[in-house]
Amino acid sequence: MAEKLYISTSPHIHSGDTIERNMRWVIIALMPALVASFIVFGLGALIVTATSVAFCLLFEWLIAKFLLKIKDTTISDGSAVITGILLAFNLPSNIPIYMIAMGALIAIGVGKMAFGGLGKNPFNPALVGRVFLLISFPAAMTSWPVPHQFMAYTDAVTGATPLSLMSLIAGGDASAAAQLPGLSSLFLGTTGGCLGEVSVLALLLGLVILLWRKVITWHIPISILATVAVLTGIMWFVNPVLYVNPLYHLCTGGLMLGAIFMATDYVTSPMTTKGMVWYGIGIGFLTVLIRYFGSYPEGMSFAILIMNGVTPLINNWCKPKRFGKIAK
Amino acid sequence: MLKTFKIGGVHPEPNKISAGKKIVTAALPKQAVFPLSQHIGAPAVPCVQRGDTVLVGTRIADPVGFVSAAIHSSVSGKVAKIDTVVDTSGFRKPAIFIDVEGDKWESDIDRSDTLILQCTISQQEIFDRIKNAGIVGLGGACFPTHVKLMPPKDCKIDTLIINAAECEPFLTADHRLMLEYPDQIIVGIRIMLKALGIEYAVIGIEENKPDAIALMRAKTSMVSGIEVVPLKMKYPQGGEKQLIEAVTGRRVPPPPALPASVGCVVQNIGTVFAVYEAVQKRKPLIERIVTVTGKSVQNPSNLKVRLGTPISQLIEAAGGLPEDTSKIVSGGPMMGRPLLGTDVPVVKGTSGILMIPESDAVRHKERTCIRCGKCITACPMGLEPYLLAVASEMEDWERAEENWIMSCIECGCCQSTCPSRRPLLDWVRLAKNRVNDIIRARNTKI
Repeated sequence: MAEKLYISTSPHIHSGDTIERNMRWVIIALMPALVASFIVFGLGALIVTATSVAFCLLFEWLIAKFLLKIKDTTISDGSAVITGILLAFNLPSNIPIYMIAMGALIAIGVGKMAFGGLGKNPFNPALVGRVFLLISFPAAMTSWPVPHQFMAYTDAVTGATPLSLMSLIAGGDASAAAQLPGLSSLFLGTTGGCLGEVSVLALLLGLVILLWRKVITWHIPISILATVAVLTGIMWFVNPVLYVNPLYHLCTGGLMLGAIFMATDYVTSPMTTKGMVWYGIGIGFLTVLIRYFGSYPEGMSFAILIMNGVTPLINNWCKPKRFGKIAK
Repeated sequence: MLKTFKIGGVHPEPNKISAGKKIVTAALPKQAVFPLSQHIGAPAVPCVQRGDTVLVGTRIADPVGFVSAAIHSSVSGKVAKIDTVVDTSGFRKPAIFIDVEGDKWESDIDRSDTLILQCTISQQEIFDRIKNAGIVGLGGACFPTHVKLMPPKDCKIDTLIINAAECEPFLTADHRLMLEYPDQIIVGIRIMLKALGIEYAVIGIEENKPDAIALMRAKTSMVSGIEVVPLKMKYPQGGEKQLIEAVTGRRVPPPPALPASVGCVVQNIGTVFAVYEAVQKRKPLIERIVTVTGKSVQNPSNLKVRLGTPISQLIEAAGGLPEDTSKIVSGGPMMGRPLLGTDVPVVKGTSGILMIPESDAVRHKERTCIRCGKCITACPMGLEPYLLAVASEMEDWERAEENWIMSCIECGCCQSTCPSRRPLLDWVRLAKNRVNDIIRARNTKI
């Protein structure tokens, strides 16, 4: 017997779940999309991702060590790696390195560490970084390399994305319709776009991994996708010439990436399942609104950030179903 | 689809390593110690003095008031002293110490194994015998059984639920009891039905005890009014409110409502056996089944133990204290209490002794909440443990009360799932105490 007995209140056992385990599975779930973007965009995808992760880790370490003076820095918990990958996934594969570094600094510095680090940030750090870059460098952030230029990086040839074409069609430019890629190439990801968002197939594989390892529940992604499908379905039903069909909407832009990986961020999403559904509906609604009526062709990042801001209110409104509560 | 409760719950490793071990009678202790507070309610008052000679079954302490329970000597010998002892709560409490001499029993106790099926005595007589035997709920809460059998007059009871879920990992005492004393249990249930004046009882058993389910089904097939319901494995299935929901689909309203308000009375299967012995054999509550177990325990056992036996003796019987033990728990790993040492006596509520190795005993460092919501998903009462813990930390008792803190049953699901290893339940317990005081103060003012 040990010299002394430990005394602590119950429970005396633990499931063994850790922050690291959850983060590790998110990273694993992101891998299919990384592989897909490597196949589609070539070396550029890897360069951008590696740079972004490296800068995120570096900035988190520097800030924790020298500004916040935290003894045990948190870079090993995996959350900075995820921020790095997600930031990269939201960038075109030809973006120069100094822009990535600036995005990483804003994502980690302003988006996360300014609030006290993991668990305390109100907004998704990767999206804070992306939106900062989108507003600061609109040209670089909206010129998308066309697929299959394996060795290209900043010198890649760029072209229009399906979403910008959809905007043109809705604006009355019928010739743009001819340029729209087919649904199957959208599903596989052989179209232009941010480097992580193109392959729906790879992202869905990630969703399966997250659900299987119980890292997330279905509530947020499914409610977002369902809302978008219903709203775009209505528009399509009203006028199929101007508006593309809902399935096409689901497969384009950052919708899948956002619904599966960005909106489901633990820290910035609601705590109860009921809250998660409302949050998802909100994101879906805002995304569709921005896609149809906004000046940007894609609205996912703004929609998620806005709903991040509403999350504390949702947490106040959506309480779990209390045991034994008598309905009024 | 097997029945279970709907909200929350977790699935800890069952670890029922002693399930196959027959109940063995433990040796008599040299000295037996009887804390005066072994139940919920007022502590009992000694009715013996130093130097008195007592027999097995002699009453040594009287109940005080309605919610209290008598205590009987489980050994024969002399009262050595009335002093204090560190009990399972970790505090020093008054207790009666009896030096054991021989094993002489009170003459009216029937010690034979004969099964007595018929119970012809009146409702009041049953009630008195249970009360006089000092029986309390043996599942761990230790609420005096006679009080539970007298539900408030305005509640119409229609179902007696027998709790044989035994959802706590490691514990197997109830499981063994069903396998070895099924007939006595059936008679015990019929006695309780008679005491309550109703005709329907359900035995809820988790599916990981298929042998017990089959045996109890076979035994109840000839008896009308008793049904066996297999339940899906999920902790805390044996929680009173969870079990009522699992079996009947009814939900008990939040405190201060009682299970009786939805027409149910829940009794542990161990209590049922004690009732059989008290009513049919005139034997007071002096023994109980204790599971002595742990991952590194040499010989995990189910022991029939005289109350008052020091647990060190039970640990010896199970092959001695393992080298790597660094926490000893009275009860199961989810809700049990840690012990300060091994000279603590077995009391009415001791369902198990669990020896935990160092690797599992030490709490990990607490991290920041990452707001994953897993505590909410796990909570069987539909609460937000993360929020209650924060409210408690900020001493915001009002917010804690608004968010239903008094509904917490302290099952530990939240804390056992938290990836950040936050001591959620510690904070919630603290706030519960404070909020309870506040509510009490408010009620007395009016």
